[in-house]
Amino acid sequence: MTKEEVLTYLPYSHPFLFVERLEYIDEEKVTGYYTLHADHYFYQGHFVNNPVTPGVILTEIMAQIGLACLGIYLVRDTIATMQPAIAMTSSEVNFYHPVLPGETVKVTAEKVYFRFGKLKCKTSLWSNERLICDGVLSGMIRQKTV
Amino acid sequence: METSVFIEQIREIVKPYAKNTEALANLNTSTDFINDLKINSANLVDVVLDVEEKYDIVIQNEEMEKMLNVQAALDIVTAKLKEK
Repeated sequence: MTKEEVLTYLPYSHPFLFVERLEYIDEEKVTGYYTLHADHYFYQGHFVNNPVTPGVILTEIMAQIGLACLGIYLVRDTIATMQPAIAMTSSEVNFYHPVLPGETVKVTAEKVYFRFGKLKCKTSLWSNERLICDGVLSGMIRQKTV
Repeated sequence: METSVFIEQIREIVKPYAKNTEALANLNTSTDFINDLKINSANLVDVVLDVEEKYDIVIQNEEMEKMLNVQAALDIVTAKLKEK
């Protein structure tokens, strides 16, 4: 499965798709990008007259690249016949700097383990070579026969 | 392995994930990890990984699916330790 094909299996769409492209993926790690366009709805209220990207959105970007994309890649051999259902199950994230509207962020994630349907990753998010946030995310991926 | 010994060891393993402290205090062979201890399925994976590490065994997918209560865990661990 190519990195472009991985994106076609993502179960998200606008306004909640937070992966633009993948730069690299293998069974151990993934790198991807997303640009936070200034017209995103959440900037209207976070914060009033002071748009800053919410931490939950940064966490979601890390989860979509680090858990969803890597998870899809890990089950690629059976994905044609077994539709995957995914859910984030835990997050422990530290934030160091804000991300403003218009910035492009880079996410890198490294698998800690993928066992019994649970994927645990160490992940970090960067903007202009500066570390914005990092942490450990986990999710479950279950497959059902189509 | 003696059941009482196993119960004490499994109690330590599930402690960080168990939401029901009463069920944890009264842990016995019929205690169900999900329904009694209120461990979610994602944390149950960590319980199984901790069991693997504690007893130096490898648990297969089919065995994991059966490992829903203390007795089932004891049976699987006992069988695995005999194989060694």
